[in-house]
Amino acid sequence: MRRKARCAAVLALLAVLSSCSAGSTATVSQDESTLSVGFTAEPENFDFTSTDGAAIPQALLYNVYESLVKVDARGRIKPLLAKSWTVSRDRTVYDFQLRPDATFSNGAKFTARDVKFSIERAKTDWTISLKSKMDVVDRVEVLGPTHARVVLSRPSNSWLFDMASRVGAMFSRTGVADLANKPVGTGPYVVADRRRGDSIVLPENPNYWGRKPAYRTVVLKYIADPTALNNALLSNEIDVISQITAPDSVPQFEADNRFRVIQGTTSGEVVLAYNNAKPPLDDVRVRRALTMAIDRKALLDTAWAGRGELIGSMVPPTDPWFEDLSGAYPHDPARAKRLLASAGKQNMSLRLRIANLPYAMSAAQVIESELSEIGVRVTIEPLDFPAVWLKEVFTDHDYDMSIVQHVEARDIVTFGDPDFYWGYHNPRVARLLEQADSGPPSRQAGTMRRVARQITADAAANWLFLFPNVIAAKTKVTGLVPNQVSESFDLTGVKPAR
Amino acid sequence: MTTSAVLMALARRAAILLASVLVASVVIFLFMTVIPGDPAQVALGVNATPELLARTRHEFGLDRPLISQYLDWVGGVFSGDFGTSYVTREPIGPQLVDRLGVTVWLVGTGMLVALAMAIPLGTLAAVRHRKPSGAAISGFAQLGIAVPAFLAGMLLVQLFAVRLGWLPSGGWTPPNQDAGAFLRGLVLPALSLGLVQGAVLTRYVRTSVLDTLGQDYLRTARSKGLRPYQALFRHGLRNAALPVITVLGLQLATLLIGAVVVERVFVLPGLGSMLLDSVASRDLLAVQGIVLVLVVGVLLVNFVVDLLYTVLDPRLRGS
Repeated sequence: MRRKARCAAVLALLAVLSSCSAGSTATVSQDESTLSVGFTAEPENFDFTSTDGAAIPQALLYNVYESLVKVDARGRIKPLLAKSWTVSRDRTVYDFQLRPDATFSNGAKFTARDVKFSIERAKTDWTISLKSKMDVVDRVEVLGPTHARVVLSRPSNSWLFDMASRVGAMFSRTGVADLANKPVGTGPYVVADRRRGDSIVLPENPNYWGRKPAYRTVVLKYIADPTALNNALLSNEIDVISQITAPDSVPQFEADNRFRVIQGTTSGEVVLAYNNAKPPLDDVRVRRALTMAIDRKALLDTAWAGRGELIGSMVPPTDPWFEDLSGAYPHDPARAKRLLASAGKQNMSLRLRIANLPYAMSAAQVIESELSEIGVRVTIEPLDFPAVWLKEVFTDHDYDMSIVQHVEARDIVTFGDPDFYWGYHNPRVARLLEQADSGPPSRQAGTMRRVARQITADAAANWLFLFPNVIAAKTKVTGLVPNQVSESFDLTGVKPAR
Repeated sequence: MTTSAVLMALARRAAILLASVLVASVVIFLFMTVIPGDPAQVALGVNATPELLARTRHEFGLDRPLISQYLDWVGGVFSGDFGTSYVTREPIGPQLVDRLGVTVWLVGTGMLVALAMAIPLGTLAAVRHRKPSGAAISGFAQLGIAVPAFLAGMLLVQLFAVRLGWLPSGGWTPPNQDAGAFLRGLVLPALSLGLVQGAVLTRYVRTSVLDTLGQDYLRTARSKGLRPYQALFRHGLRNAALPVITVLGLQLATLLIGAVVVERVFVLPGLGSMLLDSVASRDLLAVQGIVLVLVVGVLLVNFVVDLLYTVLDPRLRGS
């Protein structure tokens, strides 16, 4: 009787296990036309006109919404909804020739009136601060169905570049009723289904004007936990990890021939911010001493497994005016100590109020120990990011030093704003930035280099390293963009290996 | 005891339940007001101008007096309207129902795993408490208590999803979409949540059964010729169940909390992940709603446990 029961139990167990193993094939659909990409940060809604953050444009820009121009992997401006354009001699009038065959996913034709509508809407209805990029636009004129003219109030070299970002996205006049939930764009994909906390499904747009995307359906999977994200790729539930956020886990993908690891750059500078407006860091000697006291190579090795680049200023290598300034302050604790002594600041205590994110937490500890060697006491205070950090450090400027990653493209311009949380005020830098934007394009790069050198000379901040873009993908997936130059996770060139 | 007396007792308990919910709602609301971080600023991001901030705060209704914010919220909740999220711009109620469905499945199956493990093992450990097998079970339970659910989850994923590829490492398929995928996806989360609770429960079952085994009425049953297990099953289990039910009620609350972490590890779109996301984006209305639902859940479980006592133990009905 008892033995029988035991036999039955063993049989039942076997049955359960065998039914489990049937699951091994049913993870991602094996269908070649579907691609599944894993991300950590999920869009809260689909409306990037009123909700800030990188997750929404990452999913939608170039994939669902298109702009007149786009930025390619090397940072160059390319035609998208505009076939071509001309710029007047005084560089204030842009004439765009539009594609005649583009339609929105709600069926409306894309015309010059939508260009006028979209740019004007950025000025009036948008609420996020990026809308200020359109301040320079004086008016938009409709000269024909496929001919739009944009008149700027002054020449601006950065305006066209900004038009390739989300502020340049083209909206349908009849498609903005529920932007948060029903985005309407001209791109190769449309938003079909969203399961909050899980995924967004992007099927191809059957009426797309351009080349049909290689994958007919893309599933964007949102997995907040870095380990769970890695496991999803390892266990065949996704095809691509858009960005690995746990650098220690990269070698396991590199060692496995089922996967390929692609490492490129981002525009995310991990910055040790100094409060330039407040003693003792209002003294340039102190800022220089602190900058010298930190071994950035060692910090990068410890904080981010050596992945990333040393840059030395607020410019990523994909910007035309990049110049390697990482050698400006070689690691020299003895000299740092002498400099502090000459400034009369030997016994300093500084509050390092950082974003509670992995890279900042590990970098802060290296900084604390290195600065203690030159006699500076550092108290690390992690702040809940974004909410508390934004309030206390960014808005109230209540900090001595902080660490956060600045992800916006070409954000070196923040050093021209004395109200920005750096508290940095050098009229020369503000003037150079203004000149670079409104002067002749041929001089832009040269002037921007002078800005970069100046803020480095002033040790306005300590650029610890440039955040890497590490993608892990199955070897069968190709066409992923290694450098994250635009705000988009660009799916348009992704295709299966032949 | 008459029917009307039963109804009276029920009504009294229901009134206490309602009052507790109201008190909880005040506490939750007040907590939200002291959390640092401004929902409007998080939505607008860096460089938001003061005018825009003021406009958005007004849009969210954050500039109204606290008392009117509270009354609006509670009034809405009692008519089933949890408000519209600051962040997703969607009504919170339907999202809550959606997410609650996932969490209820997770906690329910986790509880089943715990019970399926604890009742036989605990009973066995009690009956054989002087033998090595009984001691082994107790030792195993001790070990289980020491392992947190998320660690169990990560280990299970490593083994069954990454190495063996038998089960998915995470993700959620609604049962009505693909029942097979739904069950496969639920195995590992339910195990990692249930095994740990099962270990805890095993010890309570053991103690309770051991207690019962020493009672006079069991000796009487044995002396009438019943074998030990027969005596226990016919006369002992109902008595042994009472203390276990109490612990079970408490454990359900623990399971709900454990589910928050397990949902993260297994990428399940339940209340737990919604709570974490909403806290991060300072979607305070959503946080309020979720916490209230969790509190009501725990209160309801206690309510049901109270009722179960009277079902299981006729003596309690008279008092």
